[in-house]
Amino acid sequence: MTTESAPKAGERRSSILRSQYFGGILAIVLLLVVNLIKDPGYLSIGYNSANGALVGNVIDILRAAAPVMMIAVGMCLVIATSGIDLSVGSVMVVAGAVSMEFLSTAPDTVGSALLALGLALGLSLLLGLFNGFLVSVVGLQPFISTLVMMMAGRGVAKVVTGGQNTAASNGAFRWIANGYVFGLPVVFLLALLVVVLVAVLVRRSALGLMIEAIGMDPTAARLAGVNRRGLLMAVYSISGIMAGIAGVFATASVMTVDVSKTGDQMEMDAILAVVIGGTSLAGGKFNIAGATIGALLIATLDKTVVFLGISSSATPAFKAIVIVVLCLLQSKRVREAFLRRKSAVAAPQKEKEVVA
Amino acid sequence: MSTAKPASTPVVELRGAVVELPGGHRALDRVDLEIRAGEIHALMGQNGAGKSTVVRALAGVWPLTAGTMCLDGAPVHVRSPKASRAAGIATVFQDAQLLPHLTVAENVMLGREPRGRWGIDWGATRRHAHELLTELGLEDLDVGQRLARLPVATRQLVAIARAMVDEPRVVLLDEPTAGLQQVDVDRLFAVLRRMRDKGVAIVFISHFLEQVFAISDRITVLRDGAKAGEIAVGDLDRVELISMMLGADLPTLQQLASQRAQHSEVVEGVPLLRAEGIGRANAVRPTDLALHGGEIVGLAGLRGSGRTELARLLTGHDRADQGRLFLSGAALRLRGPRQGMLHGLVLSSERRNDGGIIRGLSVRDNLILSLQALRGWNRPIPTKEREGIITWALRAFGLGEHVLRRPVDELSGGEQQKVALARLFVTRPRVLVLDEPTRGCDIPAKVDIQRLIATLAGEGGTILVISSELDELVRLADRIVVLKDRGKIGEISNGPGVSVDTLVELIAASD
Repeated sequence: MTTESAPKAGERRSSILRSQYFGGILAIVLLLVVNLIKDPGYLSIGYNSANGALVGNVIDILRAAAPVMMIAVGMCLVIATSGIDLSVGSVMVVAGAVSMEFLSTAPDTVGSALLALGLALGLSLLLGLFNGFLVSVVGLQPFISTLVMMMAGRGVAKVVTGGQNTAASNGAFRWIANGYVFGLPVVFLLALLVVVLVAVLVRRSALGLMIEAIGMDPTAARLAGVNRRGLLMAVYSISGIMAGIAGVFATASVMTVDVSKTGDQMEMDAILAVVIGGTSLAGGKFNIAGATIGALLIATLDKTVVFLGISSSATPAFKAIVIVVLCLLQSKRVREAFLRRKSAVAAPQKEKEVVA
Repeated sequence: MSTAKPASTPVVELRGAVVELPGGHRALDRVDLEIRAGEIHALMGQNGAGKSTVVRALAGVWPLTAGTMCLDGAPVHVRSPKASRAAGIATVFQDAQLLPHLTVAENVMLGREPRGRWGIDWGATRRHAHELLTELGLEDLDVGQRLARLPVATRQLVAIARAMVDEPRVVLLDEPTAGLQQVDVDRLFAVLRRMRDKGVAIVFISHFLEQVFAISDRITVLRDGAKAGEIAVGDLDRVELISMMLGADLPTLQQLASQRAQHSEVVEGVPLLRAEGIGRANAVRPTDLALHGGEIVGLAGLRGSGRTELARLLTGHDRADQGRLFLSGAALRLRGPRQGMLHGLVLSSERRNDGGIIRGLSVRDNLILSLQALRGWNRPIPTKEREGIITWALRAFGLGEHVLRRPVDELSGGEQQKVALARLFVTRPRVLVLDEPTRGCDIPAKVDIQRLIATLAGEGGTILVISSELDELVRLADRIVVLKDRGKIGEISNGPGVSVDTLVELIAASD
């Protein structure tokens, strides 16, 4: 499109400002500024020569963001098909339980760490496939199917560990969540790698187009020849695997699975991250970069709450306020009202063009 | 046909009306329009001429950028659909916005339900809805029926009944007759005349010239957003109006017909697609049909004759519960549209907004979606090939490159239809079944689409066309299969002796 390249540069700048997840970036910056005001040294990053690690609050945030990034990206794809996956938190605990239970009796070798990883991800894939089966083949509502899995998953985890909070020790497995490469936490680099892989998979193949088509109009997509069943299976499986990775991240950092706490309410964080990232819950267009930024914001928020010393009982309320404000900023109406105020010129109408 | 009464004052008037869309496109350019009580006023013009824009402006969907709107001679600001309704203007849009899962009564009375002591009085709601429908000549309709179960034609009438709830002074009808059978059109017109005689002003958009002549008192012709003229139907020089609408396209149509006449020949050998006693309970009686390579076969019949249902059986959209299909002589079982498409049996649905194009996706994505879906998600179409396909589709269907990135629902009806067809053409189907391919299109768009159908057949493609416009079938088809009451009643080879009357007689005679 040579004709379009001319106005692109200017357009691009305004498109970043306008992009759905700009609010998310802004919120992260604001939270960091708040923290900076409380402690001017908040953003300082030190270097620990003993283990070659950068240390600092920002590094902590990145580390904490890794599990949320995983489930948010999986959730993003599911939501784009106009579905939802409530089971991600439970899949996390299953993955954690399986790996801990295996490692508690296995020798402390890299091989057993890999085996534990394989077991965890394999089981997560199966759970995701089962979600996909319920949604696409049986035809249950995504909400119900994954709600069932949400409840069953935690039960499965308890059965696996015999109701105990199993702990294990394995250097290699521990390294996944606590190691450093190039001074950065391995867990964050892995998460980033997975996000990029998924994004490339979805956008370079036609998967993204198919997902959007199904999310926008399932009937028309089916009549256009889109294989809805296979696609939904794939999407829920991806979400399952991503939750499995998140579960490994979450348990490897403490090398303990807490069957009632690990992954608890994480599905909410994932949904919020997706919404903050500008993907509509109605399905259709999705934004993986946005979901990633949403996940980073949630991690920043969690750390900020702790840093500001807000009492733990008030934490959920504080989180809710930030998110409500963010959603307000993203709402089209609020934006238009804001723009109209800023300039006398009428806000651009997002109404349909030329249907004469 | 009553002549206009110029003495009556206009109920609604537009003076120098301008509608500018975001992006600076001027959809309406200084248009003057007078709508008088007790008059049916038709808006004519090609796709994109501004007919629907006028309706949207009056309905408050797209407020005027400049110019004035007057109500009973006094300027008013209609900036929202609500304001428009309050001014006594009711609108029935092109794709009637109804709720398919609600009943007829609920749809008609939505938001206007009579209330009693305990909330909505459902008995009164149903009664009132029934009264309104009775006025439309639909007293036989069960108001408790869910809308989704009714044929399109009936839904359109329900939409009009819905507009009448507020007893409006002006009713705007954007293509109310698209896809309606003559019987339904007549019924609708009877109602419109009754409304007119009561003093309601009616604005009417239709692409069917004869309908406009039959119903309207006054015609405003629009071209490129501006007013090209206003004529009282009594003074109308038809030839002038028609030639203005057809422009240079009339010879093309004639040429097309003669080409097809030459092409028409007796086909022999193994048919490409053969149906043997194919049928489905309550939809199609067992039917035999054979389609040969490079042939255009027309499927004539009234709405409800089983033509759409037969098309769906042939392409796997519905499963046949009896009979067999043979593709190039080999037996074939279809379990869904995707399978049909993989065998090259492709259906273009009659309702493009319901299973056709995907609203919200860009034109570009819509164009390649089907092809991509058939190849599988893991084999993305290479950029070069994709651009080639898109360029071809744009050129073949006469669409401008500027439409590519826009969501398809922003295009005009005719353009949407072209996209809906183009996305199927690019899959290179072996048998293309087109259900009402030119519905809601203006004449140039119709000509384009008919020309493409002829070209595809010329290249060896096989096409089954369903059309309510019998002259379209006579012009295009090599053979015409006539359906009636869910079954095939005859088949004629097209030729010089075959005309619309032949088909009408065939449909009428076999009772």
